[in-house]
Amino acid sequence: MSAFVGKYAEELMKNAKYIATPGKGILAADESTGTIGKRLSSINVENIESNRQALRELLFTSPNALSYLSGVILFEETLYQKTSDGKPFVEVLQENNVIPGIKVDKGTVEIAGTNGETTTQGFDSLGARCQQYYKAGARFAKWRSVLKIGPNEPSELSIQQNAQGLARYAIICQENGLVPIVEPEILTDGPHDIQKCAAATETVLAAVYKALNDHHVLLEGTLLKPNMVTPGSDSPKVAAEVIAEYTVTALRRTVPPAVPGIVFLSGGQSEEEATVNLDAMNKLDVLKPWTLSFSFGRALQQSTLKTWAGKKENVEKAQEAFLSRCKANSDATLGKYTGGTAGGLASESLFVKGYKY
Amino acid sequence: MAAASATLLKSSPILDKSEFVKGQSLRQPSVSIVRCHPNAPSALTVRASSYADELVKTAKTIASPGRGILAMDESNATCGKRLASIGLENTEANRQAYRTLLVSAPGLGDYISGAILFEETLYQSTTDGKKMVDVLVEQNIVPGIKVDKGLVPLPGSNNESWCQGLDGLSSRTAAYYQQGARFAKWRTVVSIPNGPTALAVKEAAWGLARYAAISQDSGLVPIVEPEILLDGEHGIDRTFEVAQKVWAEVFFYLAENNVQFEGILLKPSMVTPGAECKDKATPQQVADYTLKLLHSRIPPAVPGIMFLSGGQSEVEATLNLNAMNQSANPWHVSFSYARALQNTCLKTWGGRPENVKAAQDALLLRAKANSLAQLGKYTGDGESEEAKKGMFVKGYVY
Repeated sequence: MSAFVGKYAEELMKNAKYIATPGKGILAADESTGTIGKRLSSINVENIESNRQALRELLFTSPNALSYLSGVILFEETLYQKTSDGKPFVEVLQENNVIPGIKVDKGTVEIAGTNGETTTQGFDSLGARCQQYYKAGARFAKWRSVLKIGPNEPSELSIQQNAQGLARYAIICQENGLVPIVEPEILTDGPHDIQKCAAATETVLAAVYKALNDHHVLLEGTLLKPNMVTPGSDSPKVAAEVIAEYTVTALRRTVPPAVPGIVFLSGGQSEEEATVNLDAMNKLDVLKPWTLSFSFGRALQQSTLKTWAGKKENVEKAQEAFLSRCKANSDATLGKYTGGTAGGLASESLFVKGYKY
Repeated sequence: MAAASATLLKSSPILDKSEFVKGQSLRQPSVSIVRCHPNAPSALTVRASSYADELVKTAKTIASPGRGILAMDESNATCGKRLASIGLENTEANRQAYRTLLVSAPGLGDYISGAILFEETLYQSTTDGKKMVDVLVEQNIVPGIKVDKGLVPLPGSNNESWCQGLDGLSSRTAAYYQQGARFAKWRTVVSIPNGPTALAVKEAAWGLARYAAISQDSGLVPIVEPEILLDGEHGIDRTFEVAQKVWAEVFFYLAENNVQFEGILLKPSMVTPGAECKDKATPQQVADYTLKLLHSRIPPAVPGIMFLSGGQSEVEATLNLNAMNQSANPWHVSFSYARALQNTCLKTWGGRPENVKAAQDALLLRAKANSLAQLGKYTGDGESEEAKKGMFVKGYVY
């Protein structure tokens, strides 16, 4: 059989389809301990487990926010954490019809002989780890591959390596009941224009889907997490409609309709930018056979984090900020965003040059 | 295995009509810049065919609702077989008479959006002295041209074939464009009983990709046709498996050759059991398997998928197409039939001038039936026995 139809096939398709529900999206809350440390230090909060737990509790117990989310990606530590009342986070999510997901990669390393291009680690015991995560309540996984644009990049080697890595990760997840989110992120860094990004994105996605097909991955049980097609960070900005056209064209050329949903990464865009771009894509009057939604980390949490600043008395206001971003992005997935949810914080660019995740 | 795949198919999501925005065109971002860094060669160029807009428009016109393609590009040798079957000699005059009959059928353009011609026909006139190409254009039918040079044995394979025709293809396609052709066709084959070997599949896919890129450069919309032959005892699951592999290869190489997907059409075989398989499939099963294949391999940028009939009977080919159009698809799903449109027409003509009208009526009848099938509205009432006759020929050489 060309696609692997294992015992989890029906469940994978059902979960992938649910995550791709129009009007809902994913909160990427899977920052590793090191990365969350950077976030916390930006608001002068110590990077200790209780603070990490407090932040995530703030997010997951935000009244009504969960109704706009179909999934939350967790870091391993968080998968096993509880609220201050002793309720496992996983249960909080499940009770609110939010599917828990789990980051399973182990970060990137440089590929020797390239100009700083990377491949992603994490295959050792991946199958066994996925089984453990499934037992703990996770039903989808995430693995982030990174590519960059430069005079000779992304190289054929980097494209092949990362595509093969994503495919191998994807099939191992499917063997163990987890819907794989396939994430080939092409970084925004650079002076290139939007056409170059479009060409790179189309080339990379073509290679990714070839690899997925060669590895017998069941496309109906996957989700794609791509970058939007934008000009490079050192290049002049363009209108949201332009980003929308280039992005949707690239996806129409590479993503078969069997894939139920495409959940964009925000990659350094401000909260407002990311929402407006997503909205423009959904307003575009062309056939899109997959849902176009969000899987945002910084672009959902930035204002919330700053508003919280680590203080208990700010929790309620912070939760309101979070709710408002969730709703804005939910509207964007329906092409109904009217803007204006931007406070000053929401317009702050989150781009960090050479960003190490 | 079969049970698992049957369950998979049953639960596979068929999207509702309401989930598609029909009939809207995407305004293409300008792809008129080729980016090449002279000092640092980059693998990434944005494709810049000067015909980009025209290709998109032509492809969309051919993929218009309720219409499909009449394949009438039989080589002289193959046309000879057709004529022989009704007792006619294979002369240019007879070929001209037959093709005149086809292109002049009144109102054919209501159901037929494109006609694929053989080279001889592209440069021919009808028996009334009018250019074949002009007659077609007046009928609102886009003229197309077969550009491949046939199949030959593939050394190192398991008795498989490969398709020739790349040499000089650039100038040939440019000349065909001058003559009025606006789309091209290249037919390669894959044989399941022979493997297929990875070599044969790769060659088929790569040849198609190169032909497609060259055609687009000359302003011709390439029809991409990797025919998976009906010959064999294999079941429908095996056909599905092979088709998945073939189409993955085809699209990857098309992408590598920077082919513009909005300006191509596909001509796949439907997913059916092999001709000698003891298990037959219903039109519903053929539709389910074929749609599943399309959903998992064909990017939505491709405007039209025009199925070949490959030996099915006229009625079978229509029924199967109809079953595939019972709910909205992200691409135009239609037909590009030769035998399944011409068979009864040819037999009715029998080479006699007095039979021309009846023969044209037979052609229009089939064209209309397939037009209805494209819209999902075919009912099958009033089909003749001739139309139900299977046309599979073992080891058929085109």
